[in-house]
Amino acid sequence: MTSYLDDNHGILSWLATRDHKRIAILFLIATAGALLLGGAFALVLRIELLVPGKLFLSAMDYNRMFTHHGVVMVFLFMVPVIPSVFGNFFLPIMLGAPDLAFPRLNLASFYVYVAGAIIVLAAMWFGGIDTGWTFYAPYSTTSPTAVGVATFGVFVVGVSSILTGVNFIATVHTMRARDLGWMRMPLFVWAIYATAIIQVIATPVLGMSLLLVAVDHAWSLGIFDPAMGGDPVLFQHLFWFYSHPAVYIMILPAMGVVSEVVCTFSHNPPASYRAIAVSSLGIAFVGFLTWGHHMFVAGMSTFDVGAFGFLSMFTAIFSAIKVFTWTATLRHGAVWVTTPLLYFFGFMFLFVFGGMTGVALATSSLDIHWHDTYFVVAHFHFIMVGGTLTMYLAALHYWFPKMFGRMYPRRWSIVAATAVVLGFIFTFTPQFLLGNAGMPRRYWSYPAEYQWLQILSTAGASILAMGLALNFAYLVWALFRGARVERNPWGSRSYEWLAPSPPPLHNFDEPLVIRRGPYDYHLPE
Amino acid sequence: MNDWLHRILMLPPQASTVARHIDYLHYAIILITMCGAAGVGALALYYTWRYHAGTGRGGYRGPDPRPFRTTGGKSVFAELGLFGGLFALFVVFWIIGFAQYVRVAEPPPDALTIYVVGKQWMWEFAYPDGSGSNGTLYVPAGRPIQLVMTSRDVIHSFYVPAFRNKRDVIPGRSTTMWFQVDEPGRHRIECAEYCGAGHSTMRGEVVALSVEGYARRIADLQRIRIAGPAPGNPPVVGEESPSPLLSLAAVGQSVAADAGCMRCHTVDGTPHIGPTWAGLYSATIPLQSGARVVADAQYLTKSMMDPAADLHLGFPGVMPSYQGLLTAPQIGAIVEYIRSLRDVSRHAGTQPLPAAVSPPAPIVTPLPGDAPRALPAGDLQRRAPTGLPIYPPPSGPPTEPSHDQLPR
Repeated sequence: MTSYLDDNHGILSWLATRDHKRIAILFLIATAGALLLGGAFALVLRIELLVPGKLFLSAMDYNRMFTHHGVVMVFLFMVPVIPSVFGNFFLPIMLGAPDLAFPRLNLASFYVYVAGAIIVLAAMWFGGIDTGWTFYAPYSTTSPTAVGVATFGVFVVGVSSILTGVNFIATVHTMRARDLGWMRMPLFVWAIYATAIIQVIATPVLGMSLLLVAVDHAWSLGIFDPAMGGDPVLFQHLFWFYSHPAVYIMILPAMGVVSEVVCTFSHNPPASYRAIAVSSLGIAFVGFLTWGHHMFVAGMSTFDVGAFGFLSMFTAIFSAIKVFTWTATLRHGAVWVTTPLLYFFGFMFLFVFGGMTGVALATSSLDIHWHDTYFVVAHFHFIMVGGTLTMYLAALHYWFPKMFGRMYPRRWSIVAATAVVLGFIFTFTPQFLLGNAGMPRRYWSYPAEYQWLQILSTAGASILAMGLALNFAYLVWALFRGARVERNPWGSRSYEWLAPSPPPLHNFDEPLVIRRGPYDYHLPE
Repeated sequence: MNDWLHRILMLPPQASTVARHIDYLHYAIILITMCGAAGVGALALYYTWRYHAGTGRGGYRGPDPRPFRTTGGKSVFAELGLFGGLFALFVVFWIIGFAQYVRVAEPPPDALTIYVVGKQWMWEFAYPDGSGSNGTLYVPAGRPIQLVMTSRDVIHSFYVPAFRNKRDVIPGRSTTMWFQVDEPGRHRIECAEYCGAGHSTMRGEVVALSVEGYARRIADLQRIRIAGPAPGNPPVVGEESPSPLLSLAAVGQSVAADAGCMRCHTVDGTPHIGPTWAGLYSATIPLQSGARVVADAQYLTKSMMDPAADLHLGFPGVMPSYQGLLTAPQIGAIVEYIRSLRDVSRHAGTQPLPAAVSPPAPIVTPLPGDAPRALPAGDLQRRAPTGLPIYPPPSGPPTEPSHDQLPR
């Protein structure tokens, strides 16, 4: 059988494809572009912050730059990346299905994403946006920048996210192979399924609130602007009702990758399959009830603060269940230290330390001091960005042989993984201290006594950037020159490794017969 | 222990009555959670080392003989115990933290109320006796202070790191916060909610004084507010000024500093959010509309009242109107100050300021007894903003500041 890569040639066979694997590759290219762009913005910010005053950006340009960094990274990279790339590619294969339930809808969701991304980038090019990625009213409704266009672009990207979610839910319910029961699905499928539920339920609320900002900005309707009788705090409630669950849209798929990587490279079943599967759904559910912890000092009743603080602790518990289960999975295994497993250790460090600072932040009296400071910036970069970025890279390395039938150069990948993880820690640890010292976020100029921490942070960011650049370089090289690999180079038991590398058009030469679970390492392959 | 952790974690001084208690909880939670996190990490590394497959020995050890596990007998109780205990720990954090939150949120009934208005990009304070100040909040030490806050434009957040306290300042609503300062001292105010181009310069200072010092200071503020620059009542610049009779330009410099002009305008030729004032007076400047205009007293006055009307080309239209916020003598004094900077080069931001700028004859009719005279050189050097960063120098020692140190 010819692989999906060689099945058909010509640019149109890619751009008009309905094959979930080719669409995943299209998403991979688009989101990698978003990562490069958002990363470049981040470097510009870090360089500007080397000095307390102006280096080369004016205050207005700095404000635009951090907004662009946030919007690109959150909406164009982190939200879509793992579901749309690896979910798209592996969900059907893991279920033994020939494709997603709605292949045309899948292609549509790619083009809707591209359209939204183009609108957002156009807004940045023509005038820019200076509101921060949170678009807080009434600043956003009165800002002279291109807020309307940008929020509309994000709205369109949100539509793509919903379409992908609907497609995944339908696929998990209807396309599973014979004898593939719910409790035999690979854990990555559980994670993607929980993510899809959040995408479908929460994203419409984001779309609605951003459209209201856009019309308020364009025609001064006074929905959120108190000068005309609107309510700015209402916007925050609506925005965080989506954007808090959106954190789990970003991190749950990453957790799914962790489960696969840990089981494969410890050659061991998960310490508790049920605990990981159920805690994914638990996080998805509790994630809807904690949005208020973004607003502890924003004018909420004291009772609400207590309630949201308490509910936030549940998220920590579900996350802790996962962390302990992954750790216990290594026990009695046959642990093979590879590049994806290095990223797993990076993930564990960033996620556990970041998560513990999350428990501290949910403690409401401490949050008063930390709210809107660098501490929060460091916290969410550790747990959400660090977690997602390390697992994006782990997934890329773990599944690279399956997706392209070639192996990446292992020595280089170890160097790059070390640089990425250490660079990340090095970048954001100083920012925790800056937050403790009381430096608010989104500051263009700052007191001179903070400069040495800012310099350390920028140094870390440059190591991180070099690690990412190295990744990019050798992965592109390996696409064409990497050593060919056989079907299952890692000795995994998960179902996607039963398909040829790279898989043919409809994934399996003959219908997949499920004879064992995805983690039955006691059985021969 | 407190000192040591305080330094390691780089926390600001503990200047309010609640700060120390909040820091104790901070230490406890950070230490416990970080030890837990390190423990999990160490366990993962131990397992990795202990159960290492050893690629040198030909890869895997072969198939694992144990059956596929979901959850089994004994381990369920172990897991429930572990997660139950962990949850109990988190709930303890939550209880202590929320109790503290309630204490920080509910002001005592005998608190002194001060009104706060946030606007792009300055803080205004109004005291119970009707006086007011910009940028600097004066409070008596040892007394609970309640701030009733609102915003004139977008959301700001009133943040004093040394008090471990902040609260959003929201247009169309009033929010409150309270604190009590233990001892006289000066503490930074920062805006913590992003509010536009000048967000990072929207800073100020809380000056805590003894009760008597506070009363004296407030009485002064009132005089300044009512009088403006006038003979017999000149102390805009304070009692210890070198000369009791100051030039109008020096008065303008002081008014401009108090009104927050220097957050966006420089006087050394460096362009910032707004045009520099150096060499601005009587220069011909291009407007956004394409026209050109001579920056004379009339143009400068109009630009203070209605900044958007004739916007200088190349600068964002972000300046708020000062209509009703500055009295006519104050406006005259600012214009006179800008005029005194006429001969400073516009483009040499690095040039040092001239030691003394001799103001030309005032264009505003001089008030009786206020004859123009040279600005004292030391005064100008001491007080002139020196370009970026626009940030007050680090706070002095937490002693009661003398009037000489107070911002004017």
